[in-house]
Amino acid sequence: MRGFVITVLALLTGLFCSSVTYLPTIGNPYSVPNQHITPVYIARSEIDTGSPNIVTGTLADYRGFDTMWETTVMFLSGLTATLILSKSTVGRRPEKEDDYE
Amino acid sequence: MMKDPFGGIILNIAFRMLVPFSVVYAVYVLILGESSPGGGFQAGVVMGFGIVLARLILGEDTVQFNIQAKNSLALAGFGTFIYALAGWLTLFGGGKFLDYSFLPFTAEHAHELHALGILMIETGVTICVMMTILNIMDVLVRRSEDDGSVQ
Repeated sequence: MRGFVITVLALLTGLFCSSVTYLPTIGNPYSVPNQHITPVYIARSEIDTGSPNIVTGTLADYRGFDTMWETTVMFLSGLTATLILSKSTVGRRPEKEDDYE
Repeated sequence: MMKDPFGGIILNIAFRMLVPFSVVYAVYVLILGESSPGGGFQAGVVMGFGIVLARLILGEDTVQFNIQAKNSLALAGFGTFIYALAGWLTLFGGGKFLDYSFLPFTAEHAHELHALGILMIETGVTICVMMTILNIMDVLVRRSEDDGSVQ
């Protein structure tokens, strides 16, 4: 099982690393998102969202659903950190006496 | 709660000046996040910083900033709920999810509704971020006090 997981992870890592070269360079004006969606956002952001700040318009309005789950992920990660760090033993596997500390 | 202030008198007096400024600045970043750099996440972090600093300085007497651990956990979820509530309000107003033009409030222009919606969701994000930070701090402090590793 462990060897299987390691093999899958190694394959996925190789796949991702090899696909990096096919990504468009950052700031390339002819890449696909810069061809159709970025000009629309820049042109229509203030009309659509009423916000003079394109970043806020995109983050909170065009991509509001994404930001909602971002907030949820942050809440859940904070909750998980709290549960791990707290000393409460509710729902934990019982430990043996001599394992304590 | 920390039982004792964390530094000597000089550190406490110096950091005491930062607390009101950071809280006011957080509200500024939140309110003006729509038209200037900033937004809910940054406002939450700065406000959480102010309150953490106040707790560190005041030690046990932090009555004004005393948010219990269970309340802060619930409030973090409540912030997330405010965000989702904005989406549901637009649904009840007849639009799509998070389409702020359909918020069920009266406004002269559609972009005022958009500003209102953005402010609403950013308030939710701010509450969530701030309470998560306070919550993690509470847990860490309580744990170290139980161990006796903090004098």
